[in-house]
Amino acid sequence: MRYFLRRLGYFFLTLWAAVTLNFLIPRLQPGDPAEIMVKKLAGKDAELDPAKVAAMRAMLGAPDGNLFQQYLAYLKQLLSGNLGVSYTYFPSPATEVIGKALPWTLILVGVTLVLSFLIGTVLGAFAAWRRNSTFDSVATLGSTFLGSLQSFWVALLLLFVFGYMLGWFPTAGGYDESTPGANWAFVQEAVMHSVLPAAVLMILGPIGWIMQMRGTMIMNLGEDYIRLARAKGVPDGQIAIRYAARNALLPSITGLAMAVGGILGGQILIEQTFDYPGLGRLMGQAATAKDYPLLQALLLLTITATLVANLIADLTYGILDPRARKAGA
Amino acid sequence: MTNPTQPTADATSTLHEQAGEADLDAVANPSSGRRARGGSNGPSWFQIIWASKKARVGIVLLGLYVLVALLAPVISPHDAADTTFNPVELPSGAHWMGTTTQGADIFSQLIYGTRTSLIVGLFGGLFATALALLIGLISGYLEGTWIDDILSFVTNVALVVPVLPLIITLMAYSEVRSIWFTIFIIGIISWAGPARAKRAQIITLRNRDWVTAAKFAGDGTGTIVFREILPQMTSLVAAGFFGAANGAIGAEAGLSFLGLGNTESVSWGTMLYQAQLQGALAQGLWIWLIVPGLALAGLIFSLTLVNFGIDLISNPHLREDG
Repeated sequence: MRYFLRRLGYFFLTLWAAVTLNFLIPRLQPGDPAEIMVKKLAGKDAELDPAKVAAMRAMLGAPDGNLFQQYLAYLKQLLSGNLGVSYTYFPSPATEVIGKALPWTLILVGVTLVLSFLIGTVLGAFAAWRRNSTFDSVATLGSTFLGSLQSFWVALLLLFVFGYMLGWFPTAGGYDESTPGANWAFVQEAVMHSVLPAAVLMILGPIGWIMQMRGTMIMNLGEDYIRLARAKGVPDGQIAIRYAARNALLPSITGLAMAVGGILGGQILIEQTFDYPGLGRLMGQAATAKDYPLLQALLLLTITATLVANLIADLTYGILDPRARKAGA
Repeated sequence: MTNPTQPTADATSTLHEQAGEADLDAVANPSSGRRARGGSNGPSWFQIIWASKKARVGIVLLGLYVLVALLAPVISPHDAADTTFNPVELPSGAHWMGTTTQGADIFSQLIYGTRTSLIVGLFGGLFATALALLIGLISGYLEGTWIDDILSFVTNVALVVPVLPLIITLMAYSEVRSIWFTIFIIGIISWAGPARAKRAQIITLRNRDWVTAAKFAGDGTGTIVFREILPQMTSLVAAGFFGAANGAIGAEAGLSFLGLGNTESVSWGTMLYQAQLQGALAQGLWIWLIVPGLALAGLIFSLTLVNFGIDLISNPHLREDG
């Protein structure tokens, strides 16, 4: 129990630090942040909507008070679920814009992440078990080589070959003429638009899991309990799956949580390439358009999602591995 | 311990402890201790790396990239920034890889792009490694004190904050678009993982006999950390450097591809950004699309292979696969 409470406390402490970081980033520049940002935007379009200026001030909390007052106002605003108003999608609140993009990324990434994890873990375990076999060499070298490829470049290649040259898949967007919703035409179009982004994720996704699983499993296979099991005459298959693989899976579970944080980062590049209407493209657009409220909201969302995933991993870990519970208490 | 992924850290520290056993002769014989790793009683670090086929390929490949970067003005037939050629020319004697839609020579851009990536890798890697060393060493050596608590907390926060979204946010705020600023931001953000690995290793090294001996001899904390312990961690530091360099090269390429990089100088990322922006895909200009990505992949592949070799030094268990 103490382990779980500690983890929970730690989660809130980290969350607080992340929120504070998010608060401080726009204020790192010298001068009044609201004024600077408004000036930056004014430079781009000469006529500045006073409502947008107000929105910027709202995002920054109370820009007229001192730093501590601003901070309190910011926290209060966050607690009420107000993340500011987007510039590019003015006057939609950032949360609404994010809400529209979220399902695209969630479904795409959810499906491919689970598949990558399963495929990668199985391949990695097998490579470790048949260490130095042809399969192992192919898996290791292949992973190293594929892992050297940049995701956006693989995306560009697939888009070029299957989108433009062969014309098998659409080259941009998330759907064509249909109205988004629960109708067959839309689902069909959305699936067709998701095939290429999903292919990129499935080519590059399993690599990390292969390497992680292979590494931990090789280490575990050298442990005494495996030697003991062998000496006892436990069948090979059982040693591989119920002894070594089962224990080697533990770090991969933490890895799965860490992956959640890396996902949005990776998605920015992939979704920008395919013009896919998810969170990644949104963040890329927000960055290039200097849509700060939307950008900050996305950053906060990513950080929070990562922390929640880590908390879940920690708690699962505590259940799966009693040693962690003891060490953490 | 306040570590979100403590068990993984345990796993790595066991690994290092195992590796550390190879240094037991160093403990038994403190006078030759620091020389043991590279000294006459075992293969030198270079022999260990060179003995691995993978690492050998990596070193040769990396050497080629360095050579190309150094000799860029000699190799490249044109100025990379020159956009006065006929646009969209097919490969010819004058333009080995053709020209872009803006009339720049693709081959020259590719050659000069090598410089950008290597500079980002070298300095981004050095900066992140220096930060990681400083924080990891202090926090590891002072394990259990409040300084360690704070540094560990900061490290753990930095570790869970997603790197690319944070870099992109910071870049969006900045008006500066220089390669040095990119390096600075990448370094500031990517030190956390290596810092934690270093903290874990220093904790296992800190209680070795030769450290105690140095303490009794009256050495100060700084001397012990930097003169006694640090040399034992060389391979970990080197591995951290190549890992960070790889991350920096990838991050620069990604940022440039998003149009957040330095638009003045030529890099492989900006080449791909321009290629996509100018419709290279729709027009079938495949050379423009393929070569920058291949060059990037080759460089990152070579660095990964070199790192395989470095891992052999710190973990002798891996050596048998050659």
